[in-house]
Amino acid sequence: MKPEESATTGADLLVKALIDEDVEVVFGYPGGAVLPIYDSLFKQNRLRHILVRHEQAAVHAAEGYARSTGKVGVVLVTSGPGATNAVTGLTDALMDSIPIVCLTGQVPTHLIGNDAFQEADTTGITRPCTKHNYLVKAVDALARTVHEAFYVARSGRPGPVVIDLPKDVLMNKYDYVAPPKVVSEHKSYRPQMKPDPKKVAQALEMIIHAKRPVFYAGGGVINSGPKASKLLTQLVHLTGYPITNTLMGLGSFPASDKQFLGMLGMHGTYEANLAMHGCDVMINIGARFDDRITGNIAKFSPGSKKIHVDIDPSSINKNVHVDLAVVGDATLVLEELVKGWKAREAKGQPKVDQKALKAWWAQIEEWRARNCLAYKSDKETIKPQYALERLYHHIKNKDHYITTEVGQHQMWAAQFLKFEQPNRWMTSGGLGTMGYGFPAAMGVQIAHPDALVIDVAGEASILMNIQELSTVAQYRLPVKIFILNNQYMGMVRQWQELLHGSRYSESYMESLPDFVKLAEAFGAKGLRCSEPSKLDDTIKEMIALPHPVVVDVLVDQKENCFPMIPSGAAHNEMLLGPDDKAGKVSEEGMVLV
Amino acid sequence: MSKDTPVVAHTISVLVANEPGILARVVGLFSGRGYNIESLTVAETDAKQSLSRITIVTKGTPMIIEQIKAQLDRLVPVYRVRDLTVEGPHIERELALVKVRSTGEKRVEALRLADVFRAKVIDAKADSFVFEVTGNSDKVQTFVGLMETLGLVDVGRTGIVAMSRGGEPL
Repeated sequence: MKPEESATTGADLLVKALIDEDVEVVFGYPGGAVLPIYDSLFKQNRLRHILVRHEQAAVHAAEGYARSTGKVGVVLVTSGPGATNAVTGLTDALMDSIPIVCLTGQVPTHLIGNDAFQEADTTGITRPCTKHNYLVKAVDALARTVHEAFYVARSGRPGPVVIDLPKDVLMNKYDYVAPPKVVSEHKSYRPQMKPDPKKVAQALEMIIHAKRPVFYAGGGVINSGPKASKLLTQLVHLTGYPITNTLMGLGSFPASDKQFLGMLGMHGTYEANLAMHGCDVMINIGARFDDRITGNIAKFSPGSKKIHVDIDPSSINKNVHVDLAVVGDATLVLEELVKGWKAREAKGQPKVDQKALKAWWAQIEEWRARNCLAYKSDKETIKPQYALERLYHHIKNKDHYITTEVGQHQMWAAQFLKFEQPNRWMTSGGLGTMGYGFPAAMGVQIAHPDALVIDVAGEASILMNIQELSTVAQYRLPVKIFILNNQYMGMVRQWQELLHGSRYSESYMESLPDFVKLAEAFGAKGLRCSEPSKLDDTIKEMIALPHPVVVDVLVDQKENCFPMIPSGAAHNEMLLGPDDKAGKVSEEGMVLV
Repeated sequence: MSKDTPVVAHTISVLVANEPGILARVVGLFSGRGYNIESLTVAETDAKQSLSRITIVTKGTPMIIEQIKAQLDRLVPVYRVRDLTVEGPHIERELALVKVRSTGEKRVEALRLADVFRAKVIDAKADSFVFEVTGNSDKVQTFVGLMETLGLVDVGRTGIVAMSRGGEPL
């Protein structure tokens, strides 16, 4: 086919399509198969490309960008190793429902299947770790595929979408196809956004007649957009009911509010978990009864009627059988619930059993009085909890975003940092990816150049993507890395202590680098603090510095993260502290992760 | 619903876009999530709209079956998922090609039984037959079992295709 005058190359079409999808930033790493795209990027200045140092980091950066803005994060990697390196990030985005479009290069179509240089079966490899993926075999399908990919990534339950682009497709010529003005219905993919009004009415009845209710809200509320968090807050205030958040849901309800019970689950608060255990009506909005939340399924909240609001029908009855499922977008469902509640109020109908609610709150306050997050402070060594309390003290009045790696520090961050708004907290919840936090923080900082962006890290996790110090140096991203350095893979060590007779097999990090010198080697600033009395000054200095900063906080090596529901145990079988552990883990629990 | 609830076989019809990788998506979903496939058939059924119909027989507790259907429905190229087992009466058919090699009395008996099962002879040599037999899986299995003593050498089965009774489309 002879290209027409107006026709452009696949690579140029791709860039145009990205711009039309309101993409501003692409996180990527070049290579042979994507050279035509990099050439197109070079010739324009609408799209900004951020050069990472490892493709996994590109995806995490895009996740941080997406989760802090609500937009789709875009990744560009080459074929073969470029694509396989992205797989961890894609799986992470799938588990946490983060909208990502990942463009992968591919060998030219005539070489596919020949074991060509840097060839990998990218669509095959990424099929189970994406919401959907495409192999574009001809340039005429390219622009349309890109538009569809963005629609699939951001709509319904969001997730990562891969577009595999053979090099010849990028170089062939064709006319551009603009995105449809109104997103016409996809032929086969039609997520249910609007809830069934009958189900909403039933939910409202159940909520009104609850005597010991609890709201349990998760990442779905955040994914639905900031309006969902506002509506959730409104509904919780209207009802006067208690609310707990999942790890992914933190920020969907203001943490400082009296009705907030803190996070629930394995390292959740005593009051949140006991409220879940003892409630008579559970209102799950945008959470998925993850095993980190439920503990032992057989003993999970045994006496409650459960309402589950979720946009994904496959989340319903997957782990926990619920009494009422409302499939729909959290914003639309919450809107209807708020409307319904107000209509009831306007009619002056007798509503909630206030006496029962009062008794329920009295019970919750009793649990709360246990002060489950208390820890023994120390004058000599820095307790990790103390470090986070001080960190929060200094950032709470600043425009700040927090990311984390994975492990003890992550749980402490979830417990001790307070999130008043959605989209401020980026953490790897479902997949539990060590090495997530730092690149995610880069993505957040790109989206919010003037904000204070802090990666709360462990010394083990941070080493998994430490190469990105080079990226933050290149783009002068003033990301702060706050390492709680206990010289152990803390969570591994904690489990070995509790479950494996304190045999600390391979969990001690020998030969750790000097993080201060490491930071300096990359052109960043390094700080170290080992004394509680100097911690405040160190944090202040970190915040004041306009550079990327690595803060090495030497914390108590033996501190464990409590409260904790041991594997296989129920919500009412929590360990509250180090003296509270004897023989609590069943054999069944030992098998669980 | 506990894990002790009975495991029942369900026949599920899935209408999908006939595009590369669609079967891998469906099969990968089953293997990745640890579901069983007892039988699987797939072929294009609407060339104009490029649609294929996949018929899957799977086993599981009611909670697992619900999950399987929801997970299938979640795949982007899937148009419709119908559980024929719960959605009213339906018919199931399977086709098998059965090669039998024998002579003398056994050969005659094989032919006689084929007649009883309304199997067609679609290839014949002096010492062999290839029979085509259709019916529900039980019938096909019974026929194959009978042939075992009469010189069975090869079997090919299509797996189950199914359709609801009455005039309604999928």
